[in-house]
Amino acid sequence: MTLPALGWQGLVVLATFGISLLIATYCTYAERVIAAFLQDRVGPDRAGPFGLLQPLADAVKLFTKEEFFPAGANRALFVFGPCLAMITALMSSAVIPFGNFLKFGDTEIHLQGIEINVGMLYVFGIVSLGVYGIMIGGWASNNKFSLLGAIRAASQNISYELAMGLALIAVLMMSGTLSLREITLQQTHVGGGWHIGDIFTWNVFKQPLGFVIFIVCAFAETNRTPFDLPECETELIGGYHTEYSSMKMGLYLFAEYVNVFVATAVMSVLYFGGFNYPFQYEFLDFLTNKTSLSADWAHNIFVLMGVVAMFAKIFTGIFFFMWVRWTLPRFRYDQLMRLGWTILIPLAIFNILLTGGLITFGVIQ
Amino acid sequence: MESLSKRAKVLEKKPMTLAERAYLPAIFQGLSITMQHFFRAATKKQVTIRYPEETRPFSPVFRGLHVLKRDEAGRERCTACGLCAVACPAEAITMVAGERKKGEENLYREEKYAVSYEINMLRCIFCGLCEEACPKAAVYLQADKMAPPRFERDEFIYGKDRLVEPVTPDNRSKRGIQLTPEQADKLRASMA
Amino acid sequence: MSPLFLFLSFVALLSALGVVLAKNPVHSVLFLILTFFTLSGHYLLLNAQFLAAVNIIVYAGAIMVLFLFVIMFLNLNEETEPHKPALAKFAAAIAGGSLLLILVAALRNVSPAGYDPASFDSQIGMVDRLGMVLFRDYALPFELASILLLAAMVGSVMLGKRETGERNF
Ligand code: SF4
Ligand code: SF4
Repeated sequence: MTLPALGWQGLVVLATFGISLLIATYCTYAERVIAAFLQDRVGPDRAGPFGLLQPLADAVKLFTKEEFFPAGANRALFVFGPCLAMITALMSSAVIPFGNFLKFGDTEIHLQGIEINVGMLYVFGIVSLGVYGIMIGGWASNNKFSLLGAIRAASQNISYELAMGLALIAVLMMSGTLSLREITLQQTHVGGGWHIGDIFTWNVFKQPLGFVIFIVCAFAETNRTPFDLPECETELIGGYHTEYSSMKMGLYLFAEYVNVFVATAVMSVLYFGGFNYPFQYEFLDFLTNKTSLSADWAHNIFVLMGVVAMFAKIFTGIFFFMWVRWTLPRFRYDQLMRLGWTILIPLAIFNILLTGGLITFGVIQ
Repeated sequence: MESLSKRAKVLEKKPMTLAERAYLPAIFQGLSITMQHFFRAATKKQVTIRYPEETRPFSPVFRGLHVLKRDEAGRERCTACGLCAVACPAEAITMVAGERKKGEENLYREEKYAVSYEINMLRCIFCGLCEEACPKAAVYLQADKMAPPRFERDEFIYGKDRLVEPVTPDNRSKRGIQLTPEQADKLRASMA
Repeated sequence: MSPLFLFLSFVALLSALGVVLAKNPVHSVLFLILTFFTLSGHYLLLNAQFLAAVNIIVYAGAIMVLFLFVIMFLNLNEETEPHKPALAKFAAAIAGGSLLLILVAALRNVSPAGYDPASFDSQIGMVDRLGMVLFRDYALPFELASILLLAAMVGSVMLGKRETGERNF
């Protein structure tokens, strides 16, 4: 890789970082508007047109709130907790392929922070670290409720990681690679021909059971309702962030939205074809042959449409997360554990067997 | 046990069917219900009233902020008899009585009048008993005004400056309700 | 020796010492997690991406979470720390010292193989290579280990199943 290309890649990483933050910011707004609409209300509409400046107002509010340290708290870890939650949330977005590569003469810019051939394991590893932020913050608060929230988060995340990993193995068996980029590229017909769209090459149609398991686990891993037991206002006041105020609290809330963003991004890469979109090769064909664009620009427009498709999938996913949150009540903790261990894990193992069988008999590749 | 009212509904706990145990159908049902509400809120008129710009209409029997009335000639009606203060269950009214001087006949209707008259709006429960008690038809609770929120407690003690209604007929009220322009014109004619 | 290697080793040693010397058990666990991270860094330097990722997932992501979990439940802190008798300290020093001795003795004669840029294979340590080795040369031990883990998982699921009879909650 030449140095300019490396520079471009650095810019892509920065852009990914910024976009994650921006999306997380507007998730706080979207969550309230969606919640309001689902409940026949209006939602925030005072700050700016349609309340679009609401996140800004919230940030100002959070920054100017009192910084509070509970008595007997472990100060260093109390600050470290939310930072860690934020860092781990942001780290995983670096390997997600938001698009194929742009071409400018000889320079190719991959619209993906870093391409590593164990991308999926990387995401999985970072996600499994995310719980430390919650645990450390909850423990350092020196509060029973925070501690209970932290402990709930730990056991919940470990339990659901297992089922999630097993669901992912089935995808791996079909794709034969851990690289997120290659998994995306496999979910399309290569070459011409008129198809009913590329939709049916998406993994979700080959792995419906695995997808259901994955999405349930994604809810649990991001601590979203119906699995938001670590915060659970009715039982634990605020769970692990009971004692937090000001921007430290903001970081926790923010990290949750970044996690949701990453979870939906991973979901669209693994199951919904990532940056592939229906009729994409016909579109490319049209651009190169029927318009006066140069080959490079035809390719670039084709790729940028892919980025749009990717973000459309991500936003749909985020909307689904919020829709579920404002529909379903919270599970009880024993129900959560039973669902994870006695239903999802056996189902995931069954799914692996099924996938293995289907691959052996050549039904799917 | 035999139910006493014989109206108790006996609920049978059947074992759940497979669809019920799978939980997913119920989830989708719930999701579709919330989605219907989403579109209803996004398309039809919402029930929310955007308060400072829009207000709900008051009930015609609403009892709001007090007003001390003037008569047709613009004189204060209150004679500081203290009946309203006695009637008040919340002990919200205090007053100081004074004697009318020569030359003040166009200000006060009776020979004795209230030099100061205060109602503490934090104590008041807006029961309207003061209005019932007044023999001079001097105090009324307006049907269209409320005591607005304020930052300081002493701002809730309303003195005569804020209680006595203005002299101009356009701002006068009848039985606590703002006069319509026709009524105001009639009053102006009778005062002249 | 690259500066990155030196830095990683320095942090690894420092945090490993922190594990032993920290008064607060929670701090010890956090130092241990940091140690695992530096180890993963070493794996990456050795071009073993898969091992690095799995080390993070399994050790830092799962096992250490359980460690932290248990330690938080125990509510250990400086006041409740039991007084250790001098004999125990002495025995621990002897045991640790002899382990160090053995390690030093074993590693004394090792000469690093170095690498030859001409014959260096950049794919070594990648997932597919690792898979080839595991499933060709070590298929039997690998499958046995996987059956062991599967049995453990089935066991935990069985424990989680509700027993027939009276419910206690
Ligand atoms: S409305 Fe009732 S409480 Fe208020 S001042 Fe009159 S009598 Fe007292
Ligand atoms: S308002 Fe009526 S009841 Fe009260 S002091 Fe005046 S005249 Fe008497």
